[in-house]
Amino acid sequence: MEAKTLIINYEKCTGCRRCELVCSVYHDGVSNPMRSRIKIEKWESEGLYIPIVCRQCIDAPCMKACPVKAISRDEARGLVLIDQNLCIGCRTCVSVCPFGAMSYNPWEKKVFKCDLCEGNPQCVRFCEIKAVDYGKPEKESLPKKREAAFRIFEAGKLGTTLSY
Amino acid sequence: MALNRKIALIDLTTGKIEMAPIPLEYRKRFLGGRGLDAYLLYKYAKPNCDPLGPDNVLIISAGLLVATLASASARTHIMAKSPLTNLLGSANMGGFFAPELRWAGFDHLIITGKAEKPVYLFIHDDEIEIRDAKNLWGKSVTEAQWAVREELDDPDVKCAVCGPAGEKLVRFANVMTGIKDAAGRTGMGAVMGSKNLKMVAVRGTKDIKIAHPQEALEFDKKFIEQIVSAKVNQTQGALGTPFIWGATNSWGGVRTNNFQYNQLLYADDVEPERLEEIAEATMGKYHMAACFGCQVHCRAKYKIPYSPLAEKFGVVGAYDEGPEYTSQGAFASEPGCVSADTILIGNHLVDQYGVDNLEIGSLISWAMELYELGILTKKETEGIDLRFGNDEALIEMIHHVCNRDTWLGNLLAEGGLKAAEVIGKGSIKYLVHVKGMSNLHSDERPTPGLALNVATASRGSDHLRSRPAIDLYHLPVDVLRKIYSTPIPYDGPLSSDHREYIGKAWQVFWQEQCYMAVDCLGICKYHTTFLGATLPNFEDWPKAIYYNTGLEMTPQEIWEIAERTNMIERLYNLREGLQKDDPYKGDVLVDRYHDEPCRRGAPDVIGSVIDRKKFKEMREEFYRYKGLDGDGIPLRETLKRLGLTDLDAEPKLI
Repeated sequence: MEAKTLIINYEKCTGCRRCELVCSVYHDGVSNPMRSRIKIEKWESEGLYIPIVCRQCIDAPCMKACPVKAISRDEARGLVLIDQNLCIGCRTCVSVCPFGAMSYNPWEKKVFKCDLCEGNPQCVRFCEIKAVDYGKPEKESLPKKREAAFRIFEAGKLGTTLSY
Repeated sequence: MALNRKIALIDLTTGKIEMAPIPLEYRKRFLGGRGLDAYLLYKYAKPNCDPLGPDNVLIISAGLLVATLASASARTHIMAKSPLTNLLGSANMGGFFAPELRWAGFDHLIITGKAEKPVYLFIHDDEIEIRDAKNLWGKSVTEAQWAVREELDDPDVKCAVCGPAGEKLVRFANVMTGIKDAAGRTGMGAVMGSKNLKMVAVRGTKDIKIAHPQEALEFDKKFIEQIVSAKVNQTQGALGTPFIWGATNSWGGVRTNNFQYNQLLYADDVEPERLEEIAEATMGKYHMAACFGCQVHCRAKYKIPYSPLAEKFGVVGAYDEGPEYTSQGAFASEPGCVSADTILIGNHLVDQYGVDNLEIGSLISWAMELYELGILTKKETEGIDLRFGNDEALIEMIHHVCNRDTWLGNLLAEGGLKAAEVIGKGSIKYLVHVKGMSNLHSDERPTPGLALNVATASRGSDHLRSRPAIDLYHLPVDVLRKIYSTPIPYDGPLSSDHREYIGKAWQVFWQEQCYMAVDCLGICKYHTTFLGATLPNFEDWPKAIYYNTGLEMTPQEIWEIAERTNMIERLYNLREGLQKDDPYKGDVLVDRYHDEPCRRGAPDVIGSVIDRKKFKEMREEFYRYKGLDGDGIPLRETLKRLGLTDLDAEPKLI
C-alpha cells in the first residue's frame, strides 16, 4: 500500500487561500503566501481556482536533477525530502519541476516545498470543503468514478428542465 | 509583526508621498480599519469641503487582523466625505485587496488632492508609485484589472478600482475589487473618479509576523468550527445571501414596487433556490467562491444564460459572481420584476460599471412609481415605458444612469434628493431614503428595532451599521440578555417580540458597537453576532488579537474603542451638518414608514407602521446610551471619558 498523500479536487476549491496562510504560519511563523508550499492559481475572469502543490512524484525530476543529491524519497512516508544541509541553492530543481511546486526562499537562499507537515497537513486541516484532502493515492479516483456515473445517470433522465 | 504596517499620505495634486509608522498608542485608541479611518477623515478632510473636490480625502485601509489567522480577515475599508449624502462616506469590501495591501507593508492610505490626468497607484513592498492610467481610463471594472496585470506583468496584483460610473462621477459609484466585491455605498467610487484616480494596484511579498503562531493556529481552528457550525452560515455557503431575501419575502419584509407593497408575489423565478439552480447549471456542482481565508464561501459563480433580454443587451454567457440579496431587491422586488434573468443581467451591469446596485435599483424603482403616478411622463423618460415590472426598461435605465446619457439617467446619477428637487411635483414624498441614501429592499415597518437602525446609521440608511437582525428569531429573553449584556452589563428591558419598541434601543446600540469592532479588525460581519446568535464577538476577539498581534486587550477595552470611533463618526456628521430632525440630513425615517401600513405578508406584518411617538422615545433612549443629549449632540462628559475633547487641536499623525 502507498502512504497517504495530498489529494487535490480542483472543482471544489473556493479560492479562499487559507491553505497558503496556514502553511506559511505553520512553517515560518509568518503570514506570507510567498513562503507557502501551496499556491492557488486563479483565472478570476473564469471563476477558476487551482491549487498547486508538490505531487511527491515517484520518479521525481527534482530528485534526479539535484547535483548534490540533497533530494531523496522516503517511501514509508510517501514524501520527497530536501536535506537543507546539503542544498546549495542552485535552483535546478525549481527549473525542472513540472508543477512549479518547488520554490526558492530568498531569506535562507535554499529551496523549499511541501513536507506534508509530519503527517498532519495544515492545508487539509483548515480546508473545510476539502479541496485539498489527505488520503491513499490509489483511492483518489473512486469518488470521481461515482460522480461521473451520476452525471451519466442525470443525463439519461427524461424531462430535464434546464438546458443552457 | 502585524502591528508594524505603515500609513501613507499621497497628494495627487503635488505628487508628494509621505509614509509613517502607526504608533501603538493609536492602535489602543482606534485599533485600525474603519475606526482609525474615521479619525483620519475627521483630521484630514477639510470641514464642509466639496466631496468631489480636491479637499476631500479618500482613505483606503485594511483592518488590524487582516491577513492573520482570524477567520475571514479580508476586509478593506474605504472612507471619504460622501458625494451622495454630504455626510460620512464609508464602505467596506471583501475579496483579496486588503491582505495584499498588508503584505505590501501598509494599513492605511490617505489620498488627497486631484491628479492632473488619469493616474493609478502601484504599491509594492514599501514603495508607492503614481503611474499614468491613460490605458486604463474608460475600462470596465474587470477589464481595467486584467489590463493592469498585463501592464505590470504579474497575475497576482490586486486592485481597488474606480469603474466607468466612478469616472463619470455617478454619486453612488463603488470602489471595486475582483469580479464583484464592492465597497458599495455612499459613492466612494465617485470620490476616486473626482481625483482622476483609476485604481490602486497592490502586490506584497513581505512577512507579517504572527505573535504566537501555534496558539493562533489552534485558536483559529476553534474559531472556524464555531463559525461553520452555525446553520445560518451553512445556508449562506449553499445559497449565498439570496437566502435572506427569500426568507424575508416569504414573511412580508421586502420593499415591492418601490414602497407600495412589502412582498413580491409570483416570485418563484427569483427565489434563492432558482438562482442556485442557474449557478449549478452554468458553473457546476461546486459553484461557490470565497473571500480571503473564509470557510463560509457565500459567493456564487454564474454565467448569464440565454434569454431574449440577455441577447438584446449582449451579455449571454458573461461570467459574474453573486448575485447578492441586494440585487434581488434592486432588480426584482423594488421594480416589481419577477425574472432571474433580469437579476443576473442587472447584477452583471452594476459590477462592470462599478455602481451601487442597491442605490441604482431603488432610484429607478422610485422613478417607476413617479411614472405610474404621472409625475414623470414619456417625455422625461425619452420614450421608455418606465412602469413597474418592465424588465427591459429597468436594464436600459441602468445604462442611462451609469453613462449619464439621458436627461433622467443623468439626473438620477446625482442621487435621490437632488433628483427630487429638480423633478418637484411632490416627488420627494415617494423617495425612500435616510440622509439622502436609499434604503435597502428590506422593509422595516414591522420591526421598530431595525427601523431605528436605518434611521440612525452613521452613513445614511444602512443595515450594516447597527442592525439587530437576530431580533427576527424571537429568541427567549434570557438568551438575548446573555448576548446583549456582555461585555457591558445591561439590566434594562428586552423583548423577544420584533414588533416591540422596548429594549430595541439597547440592541441597536450594542450592534453598532459590535459592527464597529469587526470593521476595525477587518473581519466579515457574517462571523459575528449579525445573522447568527452563536457567532463570536467581544469575548472572543481579545484572544484572536493577542495570538496574532501580541496586543493585549480586554473585551471592555474593545468596547470602549468602538464607542470612541462611533463617536468620531457622529462628530464628523455633526460637523458636516447632521441635525436630528432634518428630513434630509437627520436621524429620521420618511413619512411612508409612519403613514402607510404594510399591505401584504404574515399576520404579524400586515398593518404595521412605525409609531412616530414611540420611535422618537426609542431614539432618545438610543442617544442616551451613546452619551448624547436629547438633540443627538455628544455630552461634554462623554467626550472627556472617550478622550475626544481635543480632537481638533491634536497634531496630525503624518
